[in-house]
Amino acid sequence: MNSLSDFVLVSAMLFGIGIYGLVTKKNALRLLFAVEIIINAANINFVAFSQFLQTNALGQTFVLFSIALAAAETAVILSIVVVAYRLHKDVDVSELKSLRG
Amino acid sequence: MADAIFLAMMVVTVGGAIVALEAEEIVYGAIGLAVSLFGVAALFFLLNAPYVGVFQITVYVGAVAVLILFTVMLVKEEKWKKEVASRSATKLLGILLGIVVVFAFALAVIGSNFSGETTLNNPSGFLQIGQLISTSYAPVLLVLALVLAASVVGALTLSSQEKQEVGN
Repeated sequence: MNSLSDFVLVSAMLFGIGIYGLVTKKNALRLLFAVEIIINAANINFVAFSQFLQTNALGQTFVLFSIALAAAETAVILSIVVVAYRLHKDVDVSELKSLRG
Repeated sequence: MADAIFLAMMVVTVGGAIVALEAEEIVYGAIGLAVSLFGVAALFFLLNAPYVGVFQITVYVGAVAVLILFTVMLVKEEKWKKEVASRSATKLLGILLGIVVVFAFALAVIGSNFSGETTLNNPSGFLQIGQLISTSYAPVLLVLALVLAASVVGALTLSSQEKQEVGN
């Protein structure tokens, strides 16, 4: 049988990969991939802890909300990427100087 | 110990994530991300949470991954090719940071007193999810609907702007 620690370890691996991507990548879409991977690691943790240690469905409910939020976020990021590409002909975040605060 | 299906899905999930970040062509990266998200859905099924798993497949694999693929193909291809490799010092730092994070989590999990838990306490919980969403968390659902509507409007506004020159 799978134990809770197996799922949490998979989640930790995904989180580590996501952090690696966030630190090293410069391409806007790669950063988006890294963020998606991190969100999924968090979702696995939510469901795993809820299913193993609780008797209600709160973890699953929160993950449903989280997935919907992530979808909204992805739509906005992708449209920003398209606009940035249209204006600058580039998606390298270190080149997008006019977005700098 | 973990069983074979779990190990296979773990390989699919983690491997897909690595491909997503390290594939030469970003189209393959997008496909790798879709595979990884599919593996996460399989993990949800193994956790006896089929509703979340199906939701993950429809929303992530069905909508988000396809949206990303469209965006990747919309942008001219040479632009992805010239993707600059980050400096090797940065890369080393990133790998180191990832490994440190994984080991910190692993040590915390192995040292905790729940790590041996193997029984799934929960039924699949369709009924409970429905009750929670439509009673205690109904306001959250409404706010989420507003957020989704706002994000759609924002995306449309951004992408329908006339082409304007911006000094670089």
